[in-house]
Amino acid sequence: MLTRKLSTAAIVVVLVLALLPLAGSRYAIDLATQVLIYCLFALSLNVLIGYAGDVSFGHAAYFAIGGYACAILLTTYRWPLALALPASLVVAGIAAALIGYFCVRLTQTYFSMLALAFAMLVWGVAFKWKAVTGGDDGFTGILVPRLLDNPTRYFYFTLGSVAVGVALLWMICHSAFGLTLLAIRENTGRAGFIGVDTRKMRWAAFAVAGTFAGLAGALFGMYNRGMYIENAFWTESAQVLIMVLLGGIYSFVGPLIGAAVLYLLQVFTNQFTPYWPMVLGLILLAVVLVLPDGLVGLAKRVSGRASRA
Amino acid sequence: MSTMLKITGLWKSFAGFVAIQDVHFKLDAGETHAVIGPNGAGKTTFFDLITGRLRPDRGAVDFEGTELVGRAPERIVRLGIARSFQRINIYPRLSVFENVQVALIAHAGQHWNLFTPGRSLHHGETADLLRLVSLDEEAREVAGELSYGKQKQLELAIALAAQPRLLLLDEPTAGMSPQETADTIALIRDIVRARGLTLLFTEHDMSVVFGIAERISVLHHGEIIASGTPDAVRNDPEVKRVYLGEHTHV
Repeated sequence: MLTRKLSTAAIVVVLVLALLPLAGSRYAIDLATQVLIYCLFALSLNVLIGYAGDVSFGHAAYFAIGGYACAILLTTYRWPLALALPASLVVAGIAAALIGYFCVRLTQTYFSMLALAFAMLVWGVAFKWKAVTGGDDGFTGILVPRLLDNPTRYFYFTLGSVAVGVALLWMICHSAFGLTLLAIRENTGRAGFIGVDTRKMRWAAFAVAGTFAGLAGALFGMYNRGMYIENAFWTESAQVLIMVLLGGIYSFVGPLIGAAVLYLLQVFTNQFTPYWPMVLGLILLAVVLVLPDGLVGLAKRVSGRASRA
Repeated sequence: MSTMLKITGLWKSFAGFVAIQDVHFKLDAGETHAVIGPNGAGKTTFFDLITGRLRPDRGAVDFEGTELVGRAPERIVRLGIARSFQRINIYPRLSVFENVQVALIAHAGQHWNLFTPGRSLHHGETADLLRLVSLDEEAREVAGELSYGKQKQLELAIALAAQPRLLLLDEPTAGMSPQETADTIALIRDIVRARGLTLLFTEHDMSVVFGIAERISVLHHGEIIASGTPDAVRNDPEVKRVYLGEHTHV
């Protein structure tokens, strides 16, 4: 019943978004494209946090790897998009699998810090390997196929890609694999005693999360016609982490809501003050102190109280 | 009866403190065996060494011809050994149903399945197990919100989902009311009998131990000081001295 309701809601959201270009606002199309990309990015991180119970402080690494890989394949090697985009997901997935292999040997704070350390290593490579990545000038002038060389068409391409990504993540998170990840999150030790190799499962979750972050990164790079070292910096990892926490880690849709709310809030805030990081800090404070289950948790509590009254 | 579990010369110490010393132990298939001893005697450590949670410093643990030392818990479970824990060890934010369902998924090796919805698997078996431990009415409740006694019953269902041949229960009635204790013991006895399980358990309640155990081993300072039938252990002077007390009547 719940699944049917959610499916209906998802179809309605996609249809409403599909009608957005009819409003004729270029600004709205640009904003929606970016929000969609961050929604997928946040959702990918929640595979680790909300399902496997591993809080990564370095998820931007795979966003950047996917973005740079797609940019390099499209522009330096002139690959067609049909090859470059899947290849960039593979590159991001392999990078996540390699890094994850070491990270899942640790847990809790040590896991988080190692994930951050590897992400800073990725940032360092992007910064220093100027010949390939453009270094601190960024990789600019990404060659996007002519078919997508239009904001509206690129919006529809992003909408389609994100919808497929979200659908796949929905399937994975609600599969037997996803349910087992929840058990690992809840009680890793106990999961071992029902016959689950928890380290391998967490490793697989790391690779899945990295692959979908790579897709978000590739979409981001093509949208901006450039990838920059800041995309791999720890602040980017922190921002997507706050998106996930704001939306709520215990719900599949939480990170989608968190990403949309935080991104729109950032755009709104930047119109009035250059101190967005300060606002972000206040939001994080509010989430930690008042909204431990995020906005979705708050909505559930409010609706629970309303139904009891 | 054939020997199911054979432990030889088992040692375990923590930073100089010897928790288990030179333990030799045999468990026959189909036996109900209790391990008793005062707090800190090493009972839980003994279970942890058998189930792979801890690795012994020395010694061998043989389960039906397979050496268990060095194997991870998830591999030991697959050989047919399941356990419960002294402290509640469930998945608190999952539903009661999901707690058992995920154990059945893992037992069937389906936990790598990325395509089949997890909640559609093993419905009938999950319901059967919950009925067995009298938790069918609580199936949709959040596991962490159950009463202590019901959480213990849920742990038992999770352990049974692995379809073990050897079941290790660490203080299965700890923290329970007398009524809950009686119900749980009756339940364990029925399950063990119906499924033909071999049961190894620790317990602090002597009426429970002497009520259901066919054999008893007494651990004291990490050593087995006596092992035998309930009558033999009850009358063992060393056991009386260190554990049961000279004037204990059980």
